[in-house]
Amino acid sequence: MNHSVERTIDHAQNALELRDVSKRFQKKRGEYTFALKGVSLTLKRGEVVGILGPNGSGKSTLVRVISTLTVPDSGTVEIFGVDAVAQPKIVQRYINRVSVEASFFKKMSSLENLLFGAKLYGIMDRESRPRIEEILCSIGFDVKRVGEPMEHLSRGTQQKIALARALLTSPMLMLLDEPTTGLDPRSKRDVQELIWKIRAGHDSSILLCTHDMGEAEELCDRIGILVDGELIALDTSLGLKQRYQVGDELPTLEDVFMLATGQSIEDASSETDDDDDSTTPTSERANELIEV
Amino acid sequence: MSSLHAPLQQSNLKRELVAIWGYAQRNYFLTRRYFLWEVVWLVYSTMNALTIGFIGVSVGSTAEETARATTFLLIGTLIWSYLSMIFDILSETVSWERWEGTIEYTFMSPASRASQLIGMGLFAVAYGIVRMIIMLGAISLFFDMSLGNANYLGALAILVICSISLVGFGMIAAIMPLISPEKGQQVTYIFSAVLLLISGIYYSIDVLPGWMQPLAKVSPIYYTLNGMRAMLLDGASLASQWGNIWPLLIMGLVFPPLGLYLFGRGEHYAKVTGRLKRTG
Repeated sequence: MNHSVERTIDHAQNALELRDVSKRFQKKRGEYTFALKGVSLTLKRGEVVGILGPNGSGKSTLVRVISTLTVPDSGTVEIFGVDAVAQPKIVQRYINRVSVEASFFKKMSSLENLLFGAKLYGIMDRESRPRIEEILCSIGFDVKRVGEPMEHLSRGTQQKIALARALLTSPMLMLLDEPTTGLDPRSKRDVQELIWKIRAGHDSSILLCTHDMGEAEELCDRIGILVDGELIALDTSLGLKQRYQVGDELPTLEDVFMLATGQSIEDASSETDDDDDSTTPTSERANELIEV
Repeated sequence: MSSLHAPLQQSNLKRELVAIWGYAQRNYFLTRRYFLWEVVWLVYSTMNALTIGFIGVSVGSTAEETARATTFLLIGTLIWSYLSMIFDILSETVSWERWEGTIEYTFMSPASRASQLIGMGLFAVAYGIVRMIIMLGAISLFFDMSLGNANYLGALAILVICSISLVGFGMIAAIMPLISPEKGQQVTYIFSAVLLLISGIYYSIDVLPGWMQPLAKVSPIYYTLNGMRAMLLDGASLASQWGNIWPLLIMGLVFPPLGLYLFGRGEHYAKVTGRLKRTG
């Protein structure tokens, strides 16, 4: 029993490798909708890859599949060379996630939530307490407030604590699912700066799902566009712009997004449907536009 | 912050033990935060026990008969309060996480489901004992109970054995919210209500219709109450209650692993069908 799972992953491997991953959900008897259609994606160690896509495009399903919360119908998901579907307990040790909702016990304090989060990864209080203090200081959180219930903290602060919780477990792959959606501009900036710090100071690979073009452009090495469960493009920001360039002038990333998805940013982020509810029209529109 | 990235070298067993403690401690934190609600619930349960105790006072033609009837009812009330709380805490494992919005975070952590359910079970047993002691203290102020010959250690042994099987029973019930996020929890309340009906908590199961009486034999609470009443009311020895103990031992051996296995199947089903989500 006294072996560490540290030995069971291969650090030389890609942080994440998805090959032809598909997932569909049953909506009614005999009626299915695809959330992911043959998605293939590689995330190198230390790389930050952004995924842009309108609501309902499959971003959250993609994150759930990678984080072992949803079993794909077909395809393979490997994290540092380990099959995440066959051996979820091994890969779970090396991943962590921050989603659009901070996912805390709201009545418990930030300290209590962080101590609990650390224990789920086998970290005892004597080890986690100094780390918590160090991380909270680094994100500019007033340590005197660690005893306050989470529900007393602003959403921006809750998101920063969520990032701190993820950092506490030293993840080698971080899954950030719209971490800044719904935050006020100041909080958004703070959270983005924190992600930037993580990127610069940690040996973490990051998959960032976002609606924010500036965020994607600033933080990501490569950016993918997911439409109706299909990854229709994956390239550097410049590569995407060149791909969708029509005249002499390079389009903005927002232009690229609109050309690829057939939706404006406002349309893409204002839909309220659950992310699993893929539909088909936008992908058809996107294919038409790509052909143009 | 480079020190934050030191790899954590430790055995799986140690990590799971830390996680078990984490779940138990988290429930303690939550109970403390909801302290006033817990007080309200404790007062309600105590009042309920007193009400049932007074029913006992109203029956019996002699003081001895009355004390025996009252004690019979109060043992049922206290044990039901304790065991139903264990069952409820375990069966609400999934619903609670979903309600708080933490289910995805918890289920993607490397801690095993066994650790989660054992941690929940340990807290439920410890908290249930504290509540029962407080209730017993309050009740003893009102009633003259017939406990002169009581075999307390024997009764405690039976309660411990039963707690294990109830934890397993709760694990089985906890599957329901995984299978049906919207209606699953309500089904567990039906489980709980059926246990209340068939286990002979306030009456001997002899008064149940003939077809219903065999159902009691699958309830660990039935054997627990039989054994505890014999030991508390009549001072029976633990050995004399073997007929009530061996079914509890078998249930204690079968229910927890069965519960874990079924919970694992339920979790897999939820992951395949996309039901392991924050919202129900």
